[in-house]
Amino acid sequence: MAVKTLTINDRLVSARESETVLDAARDAGIHIPTLCHLEGVSNIGACRLCLVEISGSNKLQPACVTKVAEGMEIQTNTERLQKYRRMIIELLFAEGNHICSVCVANGNCELQNLAVEMGMNHVSLAYQFPQRTVDLSHDRFGIDHNRCVLCTRCVRVCDEIEAAHTWDMAGRGHNSHVITDLNQPWGTSDSCTSCGKCLMACPTGAIFAQGSTVGEMTKERSKLEFITTARKKGEWLVVGS
Amino acid sequence: MNKLKLATVWLGGCSGCHMSFLDLDEWLLDLAAQIDLVYSPLADIKEYPEGVDVVLVEGAVANEDNLELIKKVRDRSNILISFGDCAVTGNVTALRNPLRDTESVLQRCYLEAADIQNQIPHQPGIVPTLLEQVQPVHAIVNVDIYLPGCPTDADRIRAALEPLLTRETPNLTGEQIRFG
Ligand code: SF4
Ligand code: SF4
Ligand code: SF4
Ligand code: FES
Repeated sequence: MAVKTLTINDRLVSARESETVLDAARDAGIHIPTLCHLEGVSNIGACRLCLVEISGSNKLQPACVTKVAEGMEIQTNTERLQKYRRMIIELLFAEGNHICSVCVANGNCELQNLAVEMGMNHVSLAYQFPQRTVDLSHDRFGIDHNRCVLCTRCVRVCDEIEAAHTWDMAGRGHNSHVITDLNQPWGTSDSCTSCGKCLMACPTGAIFAQGSTVGEMTKERSKLEFITTARKKGEWLVVGS
Repeated sequence: MNKLKLATVWLGGCSGCHMSFLDLDEWLLDLAAQIDLVYSPLADIKEYPEGVDVVLVEGAVANEDNLELIKKVRDRSNILISFGDCAVTGNVTALRNPLRDTESVLQRCYLEAADIQNQIPHQPGIVPTLLEQVQPVHAIVNVDIYLPGCPTDADRIRAALEPLLTRETPNLTGEQIRFG
């Protein structure tokens, strides 16, 4: 496989040609913040948190869906990028209802961690206080749309790993939300196998285990990583392959 | 150097951040020696004074009284600190905002959910009228320093106040700004 040489933050880095800028950076130990990216499922470039600067282009590019190329010169943490990223996180906080102090994911949340990383000590945009619902119809899990950041990690993990495709997106603009089956209560879904992968994949307190209370919802991402790594290495039996 | 004129204000919050302030334990004694506490729910002073150097504001702006007081506080203070998540984000106090109108909130709390004496409090001049929407402090007035946390723990409070005693500006980063 062809190897490409590029520079990230003025460091010479080599990567396989199939790799993304995000892969190459991570292999080199260079941190790029992400939210919609989840190891082991496809990338969709939705959250724009991983934006990087590439010399010769004025447009910022999402590292998780940009393939490496020979001679690329990349900057991952300029002042401009830091400003954008903080703005993105502020937007996410302003357009949902994030009340960390009473959230199941308090202290264990990727969004909250990102806010800390971006130095977000307050949200300068006006809070929207949208009216959103909570679905507790599933026996074991619940979804609180107030905390959902529309990253679609649940959609992808359920479709690509569990192959149930229970989750999907519905609505446009600020009415966008995730749905189960034909936009019906999760507990009435025929396709859901109750495997819990969406719960592990969800970066926030949106999907949680029934009965968990403030700060209790830790996502056991390692279980998911075990499955996805095994699949990558071909140690996972796929029916029909 | 003149003693720092410190005030603390309690708007729409649970007073947990003030409780946390008391958690400063023996450092409170050091602090007390270096400041004049000129206004606080912990002190019996009726009118918010002029010329306050630093004020810690706990709570969101939730009713007419809060609104009037926060404007006065801003006018009369040099450094205003948004103290705790309710002040910084609206937090629990703003949980009612998605319901939009205050009438249904009052009805739910004081009529439907009440066990005894179910009536909506109505004492003009004594019980302040709720604002339609609860707002974080910086949505109403200019804020100089943000001190998040629910409650803001004592270490963070100290990290914010200590530099101010020597007229330096605190710089809170990392875990010190985590919400929740
Ligand atoms: S999902 Fe995360 S950011 Fe949102 S309220 Fe819960 S802990 Fe806070
Ligand atoms: S529990 Fe499993 S099958 Fe059910 S929605 Fe979540 S990922 Fe899909
Ligand atoms: S429920 Fe969780 S994983 Fe699914 S889109 Fe919302 S935040 Fe992402
Ligand atoms: S992580 Fe790349 S766009 Fe979300």
